[in-house]
Amino acid sequence: MILDSQLPTIFAVLMAFSVLLYAMLDGYDLGVGLLLPMENEGQRDKMIASIGPFWDANETWLVLAVGLLLVAFPSAHNVILRELYLPTAFLLIGLILRGVSFDFRAKVIAEHKARWDRLFKLGSLVATASQGYMLGLFVMGFEHSFTAVLFGLLSAIGVTMAYALIGACWLIMKAEGELQLRAIKWARITGVVSFVGILAVCITNPIINVFVLERWTNPPLAYIFATVPALCFAFFVIGHATLKRLPLKDDAGCWLPFVLCVCIFTTSFIGLALSFYPWVVPQQLTIFEAASAPESLRIMLYGALVVIPIIFAYTLFAYRVFWGKVGDLRYY
Amino acid sequence: MADVMLLSRIQFAANISFHILFPTITIALCWFLVYFKVRFHISKHPVWMRVYRFWVKVFALTFALGVVSGITMSFQFGTNWPGFMEKVGNIAGPLLAYEVMTAFFLEATFLGIMLFGINRVPSWVHTGATLLVAFGTSMSAFWILSLNSWMHTPTGFEMRDGVAHAVDWFAIIFNPSFPYRLGHMLLASGLTVCFLIAGISAYRVLRGDNKKAPNIALRTAVYVAAIIAPLQILMGDMHGLNTFEHQPQKVAAMEGVWDTTKGAPLLLFAIPDEEQRTNHMEIAIPKLASIILTHDPEGEIPGLNEFEGKHPPVKPVFFGFRIMVGLGMLMLLSAWVASFLLWRKKTLSKGFLMFFVGMTFSGWVATLAGWYVTEIGRQPYLVNGVLTTAEAVTDIPSGNVAFSLALYLIVYAFLLVAYIKTLFLMARKSVEIEEYSLSELASKPQPMKEVTA
Repeated sequence: MILDSQLPTIFAVLMAFSVLLYAMLDGYDLGVGLLLPMENEGQRDKMIASIGPFWDANETWLVLAVGLLLVAFPSAHNVILRELYLPTAFLLIGLILRGVSFDFRAKVIAEHKARWDRLFKLGSLVATASQGYMLGLFVMGFEHSFTAVLFGLLSAIGVTMAYALIGACWLIMKAEGELQLRAIKWARITGVVSFVGILAVCITNPIINVFVLERWTNPPLAYIFATVPALCFAFFVIGHATLKRLPLKDDAGCWLPFVLCVCIFTTSFIGLALSFYPWVVPQQLTIFEAASAPESLRIMLYGALVVIPIIFAYTLFAYRVFWGKVGDLRYY
Repeated sequence: MADVMLLSRIQFAANISFHILFPTITIALCWFLVYFKVRFHISKHPVWMRVYRFWVKVFALTFALGVVSGITMSFQFGTNWPGFMEKVGNIAGPLLAYEVMTAFFLEATFLGIMLFGINRVPSWVHTGATLLVAFGTSMSAFWILSLNSWMHTPTGFEMRDGVAHAVDWFAIIFNPSFPYRLGHMLLASGLTVCFLIAGISAYRVLRGDNKKAPNIALRTAVYVAAIIAPLQILMGDMHGLNTFEHQPQKVAAMEGVWDTTKGAPLLLFAIPDEEQRTNHMEIAIPKLASIILTHDPEGEIPGLNEFEGKHPPVKPVFFGFRIMVGLGMLMLLSAWVASFLLWRKKTLSKGFLMFFVGMTFSGWVATLAGWYVTEIGRQPYLVNGVLTTAEAVTDIPSGNVAFSLALYLIVYAFLLVAYIKTLFLMARKSVEIEEYSLSELASKPQPMKEVTA
């Protein structure tokens, strides 16, 4: 049986899992939005068609993540969203604009289509930059200082680049011909910038947060922990080498950059999680202090254990239906 | 503090009013889509596919607006009403979590297959996806209305150290006002969609679109409205009786009853005056309010003065109720007359078609008016008898709330205009939207791998 005292950890893992899935899944469709080339309508159509069937479900992981924070750790939810009130408002406006542009562009008269595409791109940028800024402030422990704002801005650039990277890798997998070549170029540029960004966080985080430094330098655990950034950087190197050789004959390995990107996101995220566990608000609230009543967590857990595997099953089904290169995907 | 509270209330009202417009359409519209698709399967007549194709696009656009405005809602609890989750989070949390897990993922995932997958999966799988989306939207209504109803009639919990703890989940989910509120909302969604379909179809017919599709859609919508409009009035009456039992102060405001009265009249019109605690310019039908609420001409209705300081503001509740009921009666009348004419004469006159165009968004107005009655009617409480709105509000600087509110209002006004304009634009382009060749709908799936550009 599951003990009451284990519930906060279980929910922290569930929440971390949905944040990571959100970052990767909505990451690629936000990234595709960021990369929209305003001078080429044909490529824009293809790019948007490649994310059409998925974006809505991808965004649902954000609702689940925020929902879990809200329902499992209500006091942390209050602190975090109060500190991040304005960036949250911007994030939501960004998500609103891109979500509706996606649908309006297909239905308005042709002259207005480019306007909605521009709004789609702008909405994606506002959403990714706000998320990056929020992550930056979280790492800084919601400190109110110039350094915190500066770090938030840097983080906004880093996260935007990482999303553009995974978006480009998605396109390498789903596109062909000229668009694929373009995506490879995008991936190479954003890959380098993302690498620098992640390196910057790795250096800054332990300097700002003493408890993080202790955790990463305290043997014997530190040796095990050290494999995480090592792996992450190895994935970057392999990715860089792969991108140089693509595209290969018969489009072999077109999926490899995306898989590597998933690995990069996962290792970076594990790195952050290892730094901050068990804090849900750095140095203010632990998951144990912030957790809801056990009877409420328990009824949600039972539901989650039944429903989440079903969600996975039909999500896989949807990806299988739309497997392969994006064709003339049309709205029916 | 008062400023933040007022701004937060306006912001929440703006967000939820904007949001509810779209689910009100999608909940019922998806069941209409299932019906159109099934009719196509049975009859193989292309007109049903044309009807489906037009309305599935309206559905896609409406759904997108519902999703993005809904995400905003999920953040609002924490940003503006921290006291809500602190005090009743143990109850509200699991209900919201079940909505995400059993409804949001289901509808979002199968929506992709429903919108883009028609020639990638067998036809019956596509119809199944449509059915699952319809089921998902209704499940979402189930959970959120359960939570909302619990805020009106809280049961199944106990307070420990000032925080609500769940004791009986069945009593929480199926709290006393839930069945009525859910039924009332689902029927409201049905009526809203009937008048939306009727209005847009009438617009097309008026513009000289003499295809079969708009006529068949108009006919379906009018007949369904003729059936559910009276059901809705009956359901509304039952909901009112339930409110009378659990929240008499809300009913007193709805009826404009100040002093506890035996044999209270039904006020067709009046201007309630909260300062003098009386009504001006009353037009009344004697005893009718008592007959409706207590089934006794001399029945007693507790007045607002019994709840002084603990009853809602009277004017919005009083007028909101009259707008909702007035529109409901108009819907019933127009649906019955139109059904009779369509049955006997097969067509509607130009004037009647123009009337339906005017009624296109009448469901929105009635639904919003109804929600204002019940939600403002719950004030000053957020959770009836447990938590007041003032206790739950955030303490962030009011400037921040004012800024975010202004941002939301601009975006919402822009989107609402764009949505309505696009609907009518689609109606004008409808022939092009509906056209399809039968080869596009081959019921055998195309091989999944070799789809090329």
